Amino acid sequence: MLNIFCPHCGELRSEEEFHSAGQAHIPRPLDPNACTDAEWGEYLFFRDNPRGIHHELWIHAAGCRQYFNATRDTISYEIFETYKIGEKPSVTAKPNSAKQPSRAAGEKA
Amino acid sequence: MSQINRLSKGGRINRNQPLTFTFNGESYQGFSGDTLAAALLANGVDVVGRSFKYSRPRGIVAAGAEEPNAVLQIGATEATQIPNVRATQQALYSGLVANSVNGWPSVNNDLMGILGKVGGGMMAPGFYYKTFMYPQNLWLTYEKYIRKAAGLGRAPKENDPDSYDYLNQHCDVLVVGGGAAGLAAALAAGRSGARVILADEQEEFGGHLLDSRESLDGKPAADWVAKAVAELQKMPEVTLLPRSTVHGYHDHNFLTIHERRTDHLGDAAPMGEVRQRLHRVRAKRVVLAAGAHERPLVYGNNDVPGNMLAGAVSTYVRRYGVAPGKQLVLSTTNDYAYRVALDCLEAGIKVVAIADARSNPKGAWVEEARAKGLRVLTGSAVIEVRGSKRVSAARVAAIDPQAHKVTSPGEWLECDLVASSGGYSPVVHLASHLGGKPTWREDILGFVPGEGFQARVCAGAMNGVFALGDVLADGFEAGVKAATEAGFKPVSGELPKVFGRHEEPSIALFQVPHEKPTARAPKQFVDQQNDVTAAGIELATREGFESVEHVKRYTALGFGTDQGKLGNINGLAIAARSMGISIPQMGTTMFRPNYTPVTFGAVAGRNCGALFDPVRYTALHSWHLKNGAEFEDVGQWKRPWYFPKAGEDMHAAVGRECKAVRDSVGLLDASTLGKIDIQGPDAREFLNRIYTNAWTKLDVGKARYGLMCKEDGMVFDDGVTACLADNHFLMTTTTGGAARVMQWMEIYHQTEWPELKVYFTSVTDHWATMTLSGPNSRKLLSEVTDIDLDKDAFPFMTWKEGKVGGVPARVFRISFTGELSYEVNVQADYAMGVLEKIVEAGKKYNLTPYGTETMHVLRAEKGFIIVGQETDGSVTPDDLNMGWCVGRTKPFSWIGWRGMNREDCVKENRKQLVGLKPVNTSAVLPEGAQLVFDAKQAIPMSMVGHVTSSYYSTSMGFSFALALVKGGLKRMGEKVFAPLADGTVIEAEIVSSVFFDPKGEQQNV
Amino acid sequence: MSTVNVYKQRPDAAHAESPLFHAGLHELVGKGKSTAGVSLRERKLLGHLTLRGDGHDAAFAGAVHKATGLELPGALGLVVKGETSLQWLGPDEWLLIVPSGEEFAAEKSLREALAGQHHQVVNVSGGQTILELTGPKVRELLMKSSTYDVHPRNFPVGKAVGTTFAKTQLVIRRTDEETWELLVRRSFSDYIWLWLQDASAEYGLAIKA
Repeated sequence: MLNIFCPHCGELRSEEEFHSAGQAHIPRPLDPNACTDAEWGEYLFFRDNPRGIHHELWIHAAGCRQYFNATRDTISYEIFETYKIGEKPSVTAKPNSAKQPSRAAGEKA
Repeated sequence: MSQINRLSKGGRINRNQPLTFTFNGESYQGFSGDTLAAALLANGVDVVGRSFKYSRPRGIVAAGAEEPNAVLQIGATEATQIPNVRATQQALYSGLVANSVNGWPSVNNDLMGILGKVGGGMMAPGFYYKTFMYPQNLWLTYEKYIRKAAGLGRAPKENDPDSYDYLNQHCDVLVVGGGAAGLAAALAAGRSGARVILADEQEEFGGHLLDSRESLDGKPAADWVAKAVAELQKMPEVTLLPRSTVHGYHDHNFLTIHERRTDHLGDAAPMGEVRQRLHRVRAKRVVLAAGAHERPLVYGNNDVPGNMLAGAVSTYVRRYGVAPGKQLVLSTTNDYAYRVALDCLEAGIKVVAIADARSNPKGAWVEEARAKGLRVLTGSAVIEVRGSKRVSAARVAAIDPQAHKVTSPGEWLECDLVASSGGYSPVVHLASHLGGKPTWREDILGFVPGEGFQARVCAGAMNGVFALGDVLADGFEAGVKAATEAGFKPVSGELPKVFGRHEEPSIALFQVPHEKPTARAPKQFVDQQNDVTAAGIELATREGFESVEHVKRYTALGFGTDQGKLGNINGLAIAARSMGISIPQMGTTMFRPNYTPVTFGAVAGRNCGALFDPVRYTALHSWHLKNGAEFEDVGQWKRPWYFPKAGEDMHAAVGRECKAVRDSVGLLDASTLGKIDIQGPDAREFLNRIYTNAWTKLDVGKARYGLMCKEDGMVFDDGVTACLADNHFLMTTTTGGAARVMQWMEIYHQTEWPELKVYFTSVTDHWATMTLSGPNSRKLLSEVTDIDLDKDAFPFMTWKEGKVGGVPARVFRISFTGELSYEVNVQADYAMGVLEKIVEAGKKYNLTPYGTETMHVLRAEKGFIIVGQETDGSVTPDDLNMGWCVGRTKPFSWIGWRGMNREDCVKENRKQLVGLKPVNTSAVLPEGAQLVFDAKQAIPMSMVGHVTSSYYSTSMGFSFALALVKGGLKRMGEKVFAPLADGTVIEAEIVSSVFFDPKGEQQNV
Repeated sequence: MSTVNVYKQRPDAAHAESPLFHAGLHELVGKGKSTAGVSLRERKLLGHLTLRGDGHDAAFAGAVHKATGLELPGALGLVVKGETSLQWLGPDEWLLIVPSGEEFAAEKSLREALAGQHHQVVNVSGGQTILELTGPKVRELLMKSSTYDVHPRNFPVGKAVGTTFAKTQLVIRRTDEETWELLVRRSFSDYIWLWLQDASAEYGLAIKA
């Protein structure tokens, strides 16, 4: 059961309040009609399945109903950051400290 | 004679409170404070079950969670049966009824036992794989036989009368284990002010301190336990959970605890008390102080009752005042086990000999044993024992552990109790639930928790720290560290003083050598619960199973409900030796949740019966109940399905309801439809993008039907949206799609088009909707409303505001039946009052309430689709012959447009929605039936579509169906066939999907 | 012509059934344990308005304050003044609760104050109700029901959170030391009512008028 920091509520919440909405940062082509079938198929159906860092789109369904992004390690399930729609991820490579028990993103201590 | 093995004094039991209990039909007595296992031993019960494969008699081995044999069925009544209870963890209560689960026909006279003895190898390792590979169809027979013989416990056949629930906990520090390390950690964390939970699986906190020979501050260790617990109880932010097993360590420090709240009270538990509780804990930091399990030694016939873990013997003697035997032989590899001999000596149990595998042990307790005149045989071990239902003698011989050889013939020593200790395995289970790989430490001959991703710290024996003083310090330090990391100020504190004791290292001995090769020596059991022997493991490696995971699966090592707590390390050490590699090279299997079995009751909590899943009701539900509705589940909603009158079946009721709507007027509760209030200057543009059709020109006061597609061009919802004002719309969605559509709109607004000025708010629950449908609906409504219902003043596909039954309403003139219809929307609080006025006025029109079934028939007669019935995620608007609903010239490339123009979506011969008219006019095609063009072709036939909706129409007098058929729109008048499973074939003609009033004259009057 | 439809939806006088009407709560008042650890009251038929707008825009907060007399609360905030409360639901969404029948006037004054700003006001009064829970065991009852941390260190008075509850979702509001409110959707209210009865059985449940 993941513990996810909602960037709008400003708190860690339990996974069951959220729904995953797949891979983040897949913008809809500005002119879909200009896409070839192959390009359109790429946009529509093909997603990364990395081992390691993954940027994901989530919605805080039971809370503020806002979509946001999360950077998650698909091996350890560690969430390095969550950030609002329109923002860029700050974690794009695995931190060296990944072996240390790390603080959950946003945890106040 | 009662309690023949009860010592005359000692133990943490209350001798003034005797308790009567039943085991395998016999009545016994124990004392308050006993575990069931302690009470059985006190009564001299040697055999508690029969083994899984060989059906050998088995007795109690351990005193805690690691017990492999005394796994019993508990329960005085059928309804309270509970399987897989370890007698070592079950507190005794008055009236407890326990039964062995293995043993057929009985534990003492066992048919399988005879087979097992005669045919020793009847179930060799890999038995399942080898024997049952062929013939496959016999497997079911075999399985039944094996399960009956194995007796894995059984579930109750009656409803459990007890209640169970969850408690969601949050804490700064969760301490797992209430032994020396855990108590010290909890004190340190608690004193810092942190929110602390201390959970321990036993009846009392203290762990080994409760039966320790060692003293703290010069007093019995148990005194310090009482003091520590008292201090913790006074801390308001500390929660103490005894009888609570932390059984799962999940992601992001989410742990589950199985608390047994009244299991120690049995039927005396107060009414209404929750029997078991699942604590779902989110902990900022976790201190794992789960301790260690003693490893038994693996020698010949080590499963005969009377073979026990050394430490367990001490626990029974010191904590429960029970002598598990009269003559003890101890076989050890370490100093710590010597306490068993000393404890037994003090309790009056004869200590026949101590076999120490080490050549020259000189630790403090070794010397104490020698000084007290005990016979210590060094460089020796128990090689094998004798006895069938109880140990009668043990053979002790000199061994060379390195060479794995017996170096002397040894001697047979008469005894009835063999205690063995091969060292101590840290309980790494929880630390590896999330994949943290345990690390082998040669200095302690055990695996310790490896690095994990979790915010946790391990302490005490679990961390490979064994000396009591060190354990306390380690625990305290862990508590300080955890609390500090959770944001609290560190505390310092005095720890009790421990008398230092000289202790020497133990040596590695996993399988005790025998003169004969393992396969021919007396059986040396590694995993007693699954009857895995050393020979079986050697066989597995000889057959090429080299990975520890494969050996595990081939032999079933560690597969029991005890998860190999005693056998795993010995098993993999034997596999490693047999393959000539080291233990770290061999590696260990990973442990998964749950640490010990959890009851289904605790897993279900209160989510059962009426609370199994939320049920949603409309504001008119009690009216439906009063009027005899049968209900249909639509998502979580209860919707009236049909309203049978006395003597009517569904068919008759639906026929009558359909006729009433077509002839006069019917009433439907449509409140469950999703409703979304949309406001903003860009509302129209948003609708243009989300719907397939155009919304730019919809005037205020009008309503329009719309289709929604996903990006792939496939229909996923539909409904009518009304323009309430220029920047204000009310959208309706399907009942099941309401939440989905709302989220769909939000994801596009929030992630793709945040620049559009528009907001959405669900008003599904705010409005109650009553649909009046039928030729008399206008007349009826006019009697209860001030709205001008004239056909020109209030035409089809418009809406009006006004009072209905004296209540402000919005009325929509839309139709899902093909008849003149009005959808009356009022604030849900006032719907019942309005309904009653409508019903009163409707009497003279034979106003007939109808349900979803009639609605389905009537709309199907009109060829109106239901999303999810006519569509399945692979159907485009054109496939539905609804091209009229596609805005092909809208400037923005709306959702679905690009997708439905993919090559595959515009190809010829796609499946298209058509009507079907069975040639036999009373034959109703089954929904979902596959269709073919030629029913005489050979199987497998080429299928060309399927039936999506099918009914008998009372008003039309024939059966009809909607179907998706390849190229169906160009095949009007052709025949299709539905070959059914019973061999019959229904023939039908392809016709237009609109059966009733194709011109729409009925709804637009 | 207005670009939005503002409609007075509540009748001045008519038979009304709140979401828990069918439970007959008024008949249960005074029954059950006198030492109940949990007391329940339905704060029914209040005026509920959903308000949407840009919370980062000072003009929006100012207009809301002008119309309601309440400071626009930030994340997870709840402000209460007499019978009126304003609660944060999301970064662009609030819930205004006013006494029964005052929602139409409240909507009009909000719209007046917000004229020219992009916003939404929606009457949702018929779609939800408030169940007020009081008593020493409410916290434990909430722990049985929701994964959210209701410890006073995390959930002070004046906080309101949307979260999971049993197998559904609702908003938990803390209005006093031992007083909590559940904002429940109409269609789920019977499920929540059944759940509360079951989960509070061990503490005793009393119904208040």
